[in-house]
Amino acid sequence: MPEPVIQAVDLTRRFGDFVAVDKINLEVAPGEVFGFLGANGAGKTTAMRIFCGLLAPTSGTATVAGFDAGTQAEQIKQQIGYMSQKFSLYGRLTVTQNIRFFAGIYGLSRAEVKRKTAEIVERLELGQAAGTPVDELPLGWKQRISFAVATVHRPRVVFLDEPTGGVDPVVRRRFWDMIHEAAEAGMTVFVTTHYMDEAEYCDRISIMVDGAIAALGRPGELCAAHGVATVEDVFVALARRATRHGD
Amino acid sequence: MAAVVVDGLVKAYGKGGAPALADVSFAVEPGELFGVIGPDGAGKTTLFRILTTLLLADRGTATVLGHDVVRDFRQIRRLVGYMPGRFSLYQDLSVAENLAFFATVFGTTVAANYHLIADIYTQLEPFKARPAGKLSGGMKQKLALCCALIHAPRVLFLDEPTTGVDPVSRKEFWEMLGRLRAAGIAILVSTPYMDEAARCDRIALLQHGRVIAMDTLPALLAGHATATFAVAGGKPYQILKDLRAYPGTRYCSAFGQDSHLVLAADDAGGPAAALAYLRERGHPGATIRPVAPTIEDVFIDLTHAGAHA
Repeated sequence: MPEPVIQAVDLTRRFGDFVAVDKINLEVAPGEVFGFLGANGAGKTTAMRIFCGLLAPTSGTATVAGFDAGTQAEQIKQQIGYMSQKFSLYGRLTVTQNIRFFAGIYGLSRAEVKRKTAEIVERLELGQAAGTPVDELPLGWKQRISFAVATVHRPRVVFLDEPTGGVDPVVRRRFWDMIHEAAEAGMTVFVTTHYMDEAEYCDRISIMVDGAIAALGRPGELCAAHGVATVEDVFVALARRATRHGD
Repeated sequence: MAAVVVDGLVKAYGKGGAPALADVSFAVEPGELFGVIGPDGAGKTTLFRILTTLLLADRGTATVLGHDVVRDFRQIRRLVGYMPGRFSLYQDLSVAENLAFFATVFGTTVAANYHLIADIYTQLEPFKARPAGKLSGGMKQKLALCCALIHAPRVLFLDEPTTGVDPVSRKEFWEMLGRLRAAGIAILVSTPYMDEAARCDRIALLQHGRVIAMDTLPALLAGHATATFAVAGGKPYQILKDLRAYPGTRYCSAFGQDSHLVLAADDAGGPAAALAYLRERGHPGATIRPVAPTIEDVFIDLTHAGAHA
């Protein structure tokens, strides 16, 4: 495996007595699509916040794009993109205003912002919609625009937190086309999802249970190892063993 | 008497916009678990708000247990339970207080109808003193269901109860609905998750305010005449891209690690030619086999056929 872009070594995070993330180990390679699965409350969000430089580990280390999450959080933030269904775009701003705003925050030059805006409008076939407030657009469009905005500065890693909820099967698959295109261009994609068929689109996945990684590997390998047909079956078998519940 | 009858409902927001509901009709029987399945923006919430007497339709009529949704709204409100898509309990009241509040509003007591919620509420009991706002997602949803049930409604409307909930909690939630149905309650549940169709007695697929298909899942799948092939082996995304470029392809979509391929009506080569093409394009391990369609195949075929061709 080439030098990993994301690496966790015995990564642990406690909140008081509660061990949210319990000694997890994983490596994600450049250009890999990595699915980070787990039931609500398994510790995914905490781990993701550490990888994004928003929370320091209690013990162990997390390295993202060569920087340490405990001591170099600011450098990490410059190397990554982040998108979640809950927040990504400003609804009252138009599509182009959103692109300009986020590109500006990421420090792109005026010329780059202009070029990037044109590129996104063309690639997503936005046409007239580019001048529409984001709140007025269908959810599937918002999700694809969010992804384009989260990757406008060509980060080495993009973190996607349940990016596709609520849209129809075709729109959901168009979003995954964007993920695969980005990965082909060398970007690393780290994604959480509750759609188990999407887990099967990932190169590798991990399944978290009670703060620890209960399974890690290629989707096909995990199914074979558990003697089941789908990732959903693996997930249910592992997650049913969980002793803790919650978000 | 039917639990719910919907006849020609139309509803548009604002002028000139596409209607949220465009002529929707169906009927649901007592004890039936009826799924309204469709993506964001399909009209699911509009439909449920009309049926729970919270919104007026522009045209068409609807009755719940024989009561008209406009004229008899007071009777309907006593007879139905409604769990909105957005968490709508009192966040700063405890679990037990929320439940007692909803019972009181309907002029009953928790004790009187406890049997209906017993098996859900036992899971909440350890947290009964906790403010509802501090519960986990799965627990909030269980409490919301208890609050919607505590006045012993005869029809239950659940708007996207499983959105954003992990697969294990979703499974548990549907198992609970199955038990409620057995108690004779008609349940209308909306969801964007196509795989949940298998849990319903009948489903209506909703898209852009229209019912594009309605039946039992087995009948819907059996009636799907489009031959579908599963292509496996090699790199799934590369296979998908190459299949989209294949002249004989009508459309193809990713399905887990496979691609599902539907050939064009005028394709002469059949699956064998498609496979030969893939092997030529650098997928020596590719395989192709006929596959039984899933509900997602049906939806894709009905709504977007050829969009990727």
